Amino acid sequence: MLTDVFFTANPPPPPPADLWAPRTCCCARATLKNTAHIYAVAIYTGMETKMALNYQTKTQKRSAVEKSMNAYLVVYLCILIGKALVNTVLKYVWQADPNRDEPWYNDRTAAERDRHIVIRALTDFLAYMVLFNYIIPVSMYVTVEMQKFLGSYFIMWDDDMLDKELDERAIVNTSDLNEELGQVEYVFTDKTGTLTENNMEFIECCVDGHVYVPQAICNGQVMPGSDSMDMIDSSPGPQARESEELFFRALCLCHTVQVKEEETVDGIKHGLHPGKATSFYISSSPDEVALVEGMKRLGFTYLRLKDSHMEILNREDEVERFELLEVLTFDSVRRRMSVIVRASTGEVYLFCKGADSSIFPRVVAGKVEEVRGRVERNAVEGLRTLCVAYRPLSSEQYAEACHLLGAARLALQERERRLAEAYDQIETQLVLLGATAVEDRLQEEAADTVESLHQAGMKVWVLTGDKMETAAATCYASKLFRRGTRVLELTTKRTEEQSLHDALFDLSRTVLRPRAAAGARDPVSSPPGDCGDFGLIIDGATLSAVLQPGQDDSASGSYTEVFLEICRNCSAVLCCRMAPLQKAQIVKLIKASKEHPITLAIGDGANDVSMILEAHVGIGIMGKEGRQAARNSDYAIPKFKHLKKMLLVHGHYYYIRISELVQYFFYKNVCFIFPQFLYQFFCGFSQQPLYDTAYLTLYNISFTSLPILLYSLMEQHINADILKKDPTLYRDISKNCLLRWPIFTYWTVLGVYDALVMFFGAYFLFDNTTFTSNGQIMTSNTQMMFGNWTFGTLVFTVLVFTVTFKLVLDTHYWTWINHFVIWGSLVFFVVFSLLWGGIIWPFLNYQRMYYVFMQMLSSGPAWLSIILLITAGLLPDVVKKVVCRALWPTTTERIQNADKLYRGQLSEFSPLASLRGGQRDPPPPPPANPRRSDPPARLPPSFAAKKKHMFTRWRPKPAYSSFPPLLRFAGGGANGGRGGAYGSAGPETTV
Amino acid sequence: MGKEAAKKGPLASRPDNSAFMQQRLPAWSPMLTASTVLPFLYCMAALCMFLGVLLLITVEGTQEMKMDYTEAGSCNDCFKFLQNVINAGKSCSCKVMIPLEQEFKGNVFFYYGLQNFHQNLRKYMDSRDDAQMVGRKYNLKKPSPYCEPYITDKNLPIAPCGAVANSMFNDSFSLWYHSPSGPIAVPLYRNGITWYTDENVKFRNPYSNQSLAQAFNGTTKPPYWQQPVYKLDPSNPNNNGFINEDLIVWMREAAFPNFKKLYGILKRTKEPFTNGLPAGNYSINISYNFPVQHFNGRKQVVLSTVTWFGGQNRFLPIAYLVTSGLVLLMAVILTVIWWKFGRNAKNMEE
Repeated sequence: MLTDVFFTANPPPPPPADLWAPRTCCCARATLKNTAHIYAVAIYTGMETKMALNYQTKTQKRSAVEKSMNAYLVVYLCILIGKALVNTVLKYVWQADPNRDEPWYNDRTAAERDRHIVIRALTDFLAYMVLFNYIIPVSMYVTVEMQKFLGSYFIMWDDDMLDKELDERAIVNTSDLNEELGQVEYVFTDKTGTLTENNMEFIECCVDGHVYVPQAICNGQVMPGSDSMDMIDSSPGPQARESEELFFRALCLCHTVQVKEEETVDGIKHGLHPGKATSFYISSSPDEVALVEGMKRLGFTYLRLKDSHMEILNREDEVERFELLEVLTFDSVRRRMSVIVRASTGEVYLFCKGADSSIFPRVVAGKVEEVRGRVERNAVEGLRTLCVAYRPLSSEQYAEACHLLGAARLALQERERRLAEAYDQIETQLVLLGATAVEDRLQEEAADTVESLHQAGMKVWVLTGDKMETAAATCYASKLFRRGTRVLELTTKRTEEQSLHDALFDLSRTVLRPRAAAGARDPVSSPPGDCGDFGLIIDGATLSAVLQPGQDDSASGSYTEVFLEICRNCSAVLCCRMAPLQKAQIVKLIKASKEHPITLAIGDGANDVSMILEAHVGIGIMGKEGRQAARNSDYAIPKFKHLKKMLLVHGHYYYIRISELVQYFFYKNVCFIFPQFLYQFFCGFSQQPLYDTAYLTLYNISFTSLPILLYSLMEQHINADILKKDPTLYRDISKNCLLRWPIFTYWTVLGVYDALVMFFGAYFLFDNTTFTSNGQIMTSNTQMMFGNWTFGTLVFTVLVFTVTFKLVLDTHYWTWINHFVIWGSLVFFVVFSLLWGGIIWPFLNYQRMYYVFMQMLSSGPAWLSIILLITAGLLPDVVKKVVCRALWPTTTERIQNADKLYRGQLSEFSPLASLRGGQRDPPPPPPANPRRSDPPARLPPSFAAKKKHMFTRWRPKPAYSSFPPLLRFAGGGANGGRGGAYGSAGPETTV
Repeated sequence: MGKEAAKKGPLASRPDNSAFMQQRLPAWSPMLTASTVLPFLYCMAALCMFLGVLLLITVEGTQEMKMDYTEAGSCNDCFKFLQNVINAGKSCSCKVMIPLEQEFKGNVFFYYGLQNFHQNLRKYMDSRDDAQMVGRKYNLKKPSPYCEPYITDKNLPIAPCGAVANSMFNDSFSLWYHSPSGPIAVPLYRNGITWYTDENVKFRNPYSNQSLAQAFNGTTKPPYWQQPVYKLDPSNPNNNGFINEDLIVWMREAAFPNFKKLYGILKRTKEPFTNGLPAGNYSINISYNFPVQHFNGRKQVVLSTVTWFGGQNRFLPIAYLVTSGLVLLMAVILTVIWWKFGRNAKNMEE
């Protein structure tokens, strides 16, 4: 699977010498095209392959809940050992009196007498361990696993997370992390394919400053863009026409797109080839496909590569053939690619396309300024821009280029460096032709989702390989940065002006000062974690400078600290120009920071896999870039927008459910075992169990397990719609707040209290009185004594009912299933007890339970005490609940009250913000500008319909001009609601 | 790819998309708010108060007389006599006086009580064989190993085996009423003091078509007993063997070291006992056999009347009254809270 394959075409062409190079290598999982088979040699398989090296070993991910569970377990283990030790010691203290040690009625056997005291003590200790071992809720682990496994089906079944286009549902790969979805504090998201659709659309091209927009309706006609903001005259002369056609040809030639004829494309499918309805362009880069398709609409159709000639259908429907001489492949360092072609006239051209920053320095001619202006504007709008340039090569220059390339390709040492040098030398003295703009559209509801995540108190980081301007624009469009957001920059540009040290400390001062001021002024309005007014942009180079242990090691550590401090105070961070490895590094850095926040990484591509594996929760998007991310993730969802329901609803529910499950299990086992511990003080520390064996065994398995399991599957403390509507509810459960030590202590104390009530209630009933059965007093006037098994059964009955009623009090969501299981398990207990005591079981040696339960029930005091003890056991919890709800209601409880008041109609007309008692300002209403990501409904219907036909640029101007973030930015001071609180809401730095 | 395509199939079809799967089952969502809980609490307080008062009145109507006879009266001699280990197993008789200041009306129950006797020690409790006592022939001759160390005696199986049976309480009592016209023996029912099911199902004698002694042939008596099990009650031949009611009462092990066990019930057939025990002086003649001094134990006799609610048990009424008070207190506090703060919440809701 992890194989690099060396291949040669069949029949092997006769180059006298060809070296193995990445060019001749076919990576694992490559797609065969244009040939039925190849001969290949596997040159290496093993741990050093790129895939294996990039493969992050899947570490066992454990949720925060599980960690708390284990901590509790250790506490309970200590309690268990403590109890056993205390009892063992007390036993020997008590037995110091020889009459107690061995009263005449309880003689030991000779063997027992001879046993050494140490062995006896050890035996006693172990016997106590056995007696009390039920306090360790072994069955909790089974129940938790079942809850997680069964519960994950609700995620898979959820229709809200069904994508009808893809016909995909959410996939749960690990059910261990359901509740972790409710604890996320940092969201790391990929941009391309996650926030955006990774569905590239060619928007425009700009040739010498003239803007062209492809238009489906005007087939074959070039429509020069006449945007009023354009500063260049819109009447191209004949010379312009020539460069225009050269530009189109350049785009048709300068790519590595393949044409696939059949339908059975095992890869990326893109638009239709004219004439041949079954041919597609496929390429590793969707941008290239978009460009070639855009050219097609502008009149130049790339047909095929045949016999190393590229064929183009030009506007006059003539086939032009260009001989493909060399391909200078794309790499992320150069950020450009070139082809050398020979036209049919014999001229040799080098066509080069690449990022503006890598093209402009090499341009010697062309209308650089006009193009640059256009490119920058496009970049700000969030379009992906590429510049195209060419260089006519004389035959000598071509020969030299061939020589350079040949030598470099055949070099045995430092081939890559020499190739890079050769490329560098060849791609010079370019003439700028123009620039293209491709739009990567935002996924639907991406902005809404990001906004919800912000409101839920999560910090969203965008990690992308794109350049800053493009990425920043996407961030504005997706509301990662809002109007009031003060964007801080930490980029190479800045660090060139200022040392990294100064820049970092400047930023940290900027971030901390207004926070402190705001905190002093109004501590309520800015709860910790709510710092939505800073955004940070950092690029990969600066990031590695921050993180790298520099020359002066003393400072580097503090750099990381300062950086983290800045990040903590920024609600949104954009990391651009990131290498895949850096993504994982960032996640790791945040994970290891001192608060150990819960991180979530979401991405769709193979380059996100390491990040997905590193984060606490990894979510894959079943995107266009294959399924690798989805396969390696913990959860896979079809679209980014589904993250909202995943976290706010499912995550929230599962956290509530499992925390109750965990606490309840410990509670019910304390209730169960503590009376048994108390009983030891009355039975001479002789390890006499209080309950019958059947009760001991079945308590956790049958009598009390199903109600809590069903609770932990069904519970919905708040309606799902409200949870989705009001993301701030997510803050109510942040930081594992339901499994904190105080709450755990409360449950344990409650358990001990209930145990005391149950045990001593029954004790006083038995001890100082004739606790009698009157079952037959009506008939034969007899009065009988109850023994210890009746005592145990009485305590056990109270126990089962108390513990179940405690769950009844906690259940907010009573479906018929809950009713069935809760009342059913109580009925089962009664029926079982009747049956168990109703028969002389032939296979048993003892009949200690025979008729005990019935006799107990036939006694009036037993009934009275059962009712009394259950009431007394539950009373404190009820009072605590009511008092807390009245005096210190959580947001959740306020919403519950309100929802009750409005009879469940809260989601219809939500005055939720007003309920929150001034904790938080209501989120600013969404601006009325149509955004690219919005559903077409926002546009006038005619435009909505046409949008499909690549009409993007023909929008009416007001809608268009309201979009650019720069304008919105400028208006930020005026209408940036909360930004005003900090004096200046204007941009500190611009993008 | 093939796998994925196959996986798509069931995902694509949405056959049974139910409310359950979408977590949208209709549900009832109760909430513990002051307004819902308060009426309940007040009702609860009232109910507990009512029950508490009712129980208290009932309990006050019962009478109880306790007499520790361990070292009382002439029993002091027996106590000292039995202190000597040599005299273990020897019989000693003594007599204690019980004055009844008030008449005990209704059914009067006669108990013996032991203090500091741990019938609930684990080894002791396990040291019995229910299979033997339910009359299974096989188990009669082969007692369970749990009966250790009282399984066999002189190579004969012990019937009934085990420490519980072996330590059976063997004091016997006769109650005398000192009426103006001279002492009258108070008649007691010595049967009907066990659970019906114990007497008739759980304890059975091994079947024999001849005498009971024949049925127990091949077994021996527990070492501390003076009589074999088939001669426990010389007065009533049907009260012998495993179904001897004193044995059955003893075999129901008490939960705590201080306990009482039923000895007999007043026979209200003859004057002057038709209405219960008249006030006056009573004496109990005791056959003092059971040694308690080795474990600092005490022995007592208890005379008590009962009601529908049982014996003289003040715990339950008091517990009910206390609970009622607590619930009332909580309810009042909650009302105050609700009055003061709850209205704010209410405003907020509106």
